[in-house]
Amino acid sequence: MSDMKFTRALADPDHALKPAGRPGPLGKPLVLANDGLPEEEKAWFCDAYPTASGPYKGILENFLNWARSKSLWILGFGTGCGAIELRPLMTSRFDMYRFGIQPRPTPRQSSVFVIGGYASVKTLKRIVRSYEQMMGPKFVVALGSCTINGGMYWDSYNTINAIEHYIPVDVYIAGCMPRPEALLAGFKELQRKIRRGECEGAVKYAENFEWYKANQKKVIHDWNMPDYNY
Amino acid sequence: MEPSIPLRIAYAFVSLAVITVYGLLLIGSMARISAKVQGRVGQPVWQPFIDIIKSSGKRNSISHGIMFWLGPVFRLAGGVGTYMFVPAVLGSVVFQNFSMSGDLLLVMYFIFFGQLGMALGASEGGHPYSAIGVSRGLAQMTAFEVPFALSIISIAVQYGTLDITKIVMAQQGGWQHWTLFTNPLAVVAAMIAFLGMSMHNPFSVVIAPQEIPIGPPTEYQSNLLGMLQTNRAVFNGAKLVLYMNLFFGGATNVPVMVVKTFLIYFINIFVGQAFPRFRVDQSIRFFLGVPTLIGIAAVVFIAF
Amino acid sequence: MRTIPADIAERFEVGPLVEKRADLSTLDVDSKDVPELLARLRDRHGYRHLSFATATDLFEEGVFVLTYMLHNHEERHSLGVKCRIGRENATMESCHLLWEQMWTYQREMKELFGIDFPGSPRVDESFVLEGWIDIPPMRREFDTREYSERTFPTRPGRSTKDPATHMKEKLYPEAL
Repeated sequence: MSDMKFTRALADPDHALKPAGRPGPLGKPLVLANDGLPEEEKAWFCDAYPTASGPYKGILENFLNWARSKSLWILGFGTGCGAIELRPLMTSRFDMYRFGIQPRPTPRQSSVFVIGGYASVKTLKRIVRSYEQMMGPKFVVALGSCTINGGMYWDSYNTINAIEHYIPVDVYIAGCMPRPEALLAGFKELQRKIRRGECEGAVKYAENFEWYKANQKKVIHDWNMPDYNY
Repeated sequence: MEPSIPLRIAYAFVSLAVITVYGLLLIGSMARISAKVQGRVGQPVWQPFIDIIKSSGKRNSISHGIMFWLGPVFRLAGGVGTYMFVPAVLGSVVFQNFSMSGDLLLVMYFIFFGQLGMALGASEGGHPYSAIGVSRGLAQMTAFEVPFALSIISIAVQYGTLDITKIVMAQQGGWQHWTLFTNPLAVVAAMIAFLGMSMHNPFSVVIAPQEIPIGPPTEYQSNLLGMLQTNRAVFNGAKLVLYMNLFFGGATNVPVMVVKTFLIYFINIFVGQAFPRFRVDQSIRFFLGVPTLIGIAAVVFIAF
Repeated sequence: MRTIPADIAERFEVGPLVEKRADLSTLDVDSKDVPELLARLRDRHGYRHLSFATATDLFEEGVFVLTYMLHNHEERHSLGVKCRIGRENATMESCHLLWEQMWTYQREMKELFGIDFPGSPRVDESFVLEGWIDIPPMRREFDTREYSERTFPTRPGRSTKDPATHMKEKLYPEAL
C-alpha cells in the first residue's frame, strides 16, 4: 500500500450500473438478492425478491388505512441532525403520542421511517437496510432541505443530494431544520395521504426495484450485503 | 344449575372477550395516566386497539421457522390459560370460567408457561437483543418467583386449600375477611412480586427501552406482534383477577371487579412513575432480599 | 515569553517557537525527528496529552503539513509540533506507540489525505468513507463539486446566489 499512485478508479462512470448477476428475461439485468455477498456467505441470507403486495380495494382497505394513519410507529434511527427535532416532538411540549405516533426501536415493527436530514453514503447503506427490513405498508418522511436537494451539503463528496433516488418518499418537510411544529404538520399530512390511500411506497419500491438498486449501487461502492435485506 | 358443556365454552369465549377489551382499555388508560404524570396529554385510551388492528393489517410478514411462530402462540396460550382457571366474578355463570377444573398450582404454571414459550420462540429470531432479553426475563422470573411462591404457600396453609374458588369464598362477608387484613405479610410479598411480574419500572429490565431496545420481541412483526399485544391485555387481566381473588376478597359483580383490578394495576403505575429502572443484578438481588424474607415470615406466621 | 528548552534545541533542528496565544505555541521541526521529539516532550516536558493530529494540504508548495497538538496540563499550555512532508508518495513515520489513540488519527489521515503510516494498526481500513474509490477527498486537487455532480443525481431547479451580491441587492438596492 506504500505505492500511492492515485488513479481515477471511476474511469468507467456507470460501472456500478452493471449488476454482477446474469442477464434476466427481456434483456433487463437480473439482480439476485444476495449478489453483493462473497460466495461462501450467499447461503446465509435468503435471496427473495421484494413482492409488490398491492392494496386491496374497498371498505376493508379504507378501514386499515385509517388504522395505519392513527398508529404511526417511527423507526428510532436518527440518520442526521434532524433527529434532534424528534425529541421535543416526543416530550411534553409537542407530545406526538396524542396523534398515535410513537417511537419504536426495531424496523420490524415500525411503519414510518424519518430521514432526519443529510444522509452520507455510509448512512445511506444503513438506511437502505433498515428500510427494506420494515414491513409493508411503510412510509418515509424526509426532513430538511438536505433530503430534498442536498441543502447546504449540495456539493459535498459524501452526502447524497436527493433521497428519493434511493428509497421512495411520501412526505417532505422543508426547512433547515424544520421546527417540531413543521414536523407535526408533516405527520398530519402523512396521515391524510395514508387515509386517501396514496402512500404505497413499498409497492413502488418493489415495482421499481431494479432502478432503486442501480441508484444505490452507483453510490455505495463496497456493497457487502444482500441486495434485498428482507 | 350447572350449564351444559357447550354453553360453558360459549361463556368462556364471552368472558375472554370481555377481559381482552377491558385489559386493552386498562393499558390505554394507564398510558394516559403516565402521560399526565409526565406533563403530556397522552395517547387516546383506545390506542391499543388501533395498534393491534394496524399490526394485524400489515401486508407482509416474515418467519424464522416454526418455533418463532409458536412463541407468540405459547405466550397467548399462557395468558388464556391463566385466565381460564380463575373465577373472574364469583357466583357469575358467565365469568366463572373453568375455575372448578383447576387450582392455584395450575394457574402458577400457566403464568410461567408463556414466558418459557416466548424464550424458545424469540431466540429463534436470531437477534442478540432477543436472547439478552430472554435471559434477563428468565432470571428475573426465577427471582420474583420466590416471594410469590412463599406467599402462595402461606395462603394455602391459611385456607387449607389450593382451590381458588374456595379461597375467595372464605374471604366473603366484609372487608375484614380479606387476605389483605388476615394475612398482610403474604399480600406484601405477593404485591412486590407483582411489580416484577408486570415489568413496569423499576423492574423493566426485560423490555428495557434505551438499553436493549425492546428485548425478546425484537424480530416479531405484523400479526405475530398483534398476537403478543393481545396477550398483554389478556395476561394482565388474568393476573389482576387472580390477585383480586387471592388477596382482595374477589368480586361478586363486574363493577366491583373493574374497580378492584384497576386499583391493583394502578400500584404498578404509582411505583413505576416514581422510581427509575434497576439494573438486572439489582433487580434480582432485590427480590431475593427483603421480599423473600417477608414471604418466609408470612409462612412462619401462618404456620405457627 | 516561552523559549525552546535547551535539551531540545541542542538535539533537534527546530524552527522558531511561534507564540500564537498565551496558551498556544507552534514549533517547526524536520519530519524525521518527530517521533523522538514527541517522546521527549511527553516524557520530560509534561506534554502528556495528545489533543489531535491532523494534516494541511499546501498544494502550491507541494507539501503536507502535519500538526501534532500536545497539551501540558500542569502549565495549561498547548504545543503544536509541525513538520512538512512531500505530497508525492506521502509517507510518515507512525507514532502510535507514543499515544494509543494516535492510530485513529493516522487512519483518518490515510483515508482523507492519502498519507501512509506504515505499521500503524488498521491504517488501511476505511474510517468514515466506506468503499471510497476516488482520490482522497481532502487533497486539494480533488474537486468535490465536480465529484458530487458526477455521482449524486440532483433535483432540477436548484439555484444558488452569491451571498455578498444577494445581501447587497436586499439591503442597499440603490448602490447597484
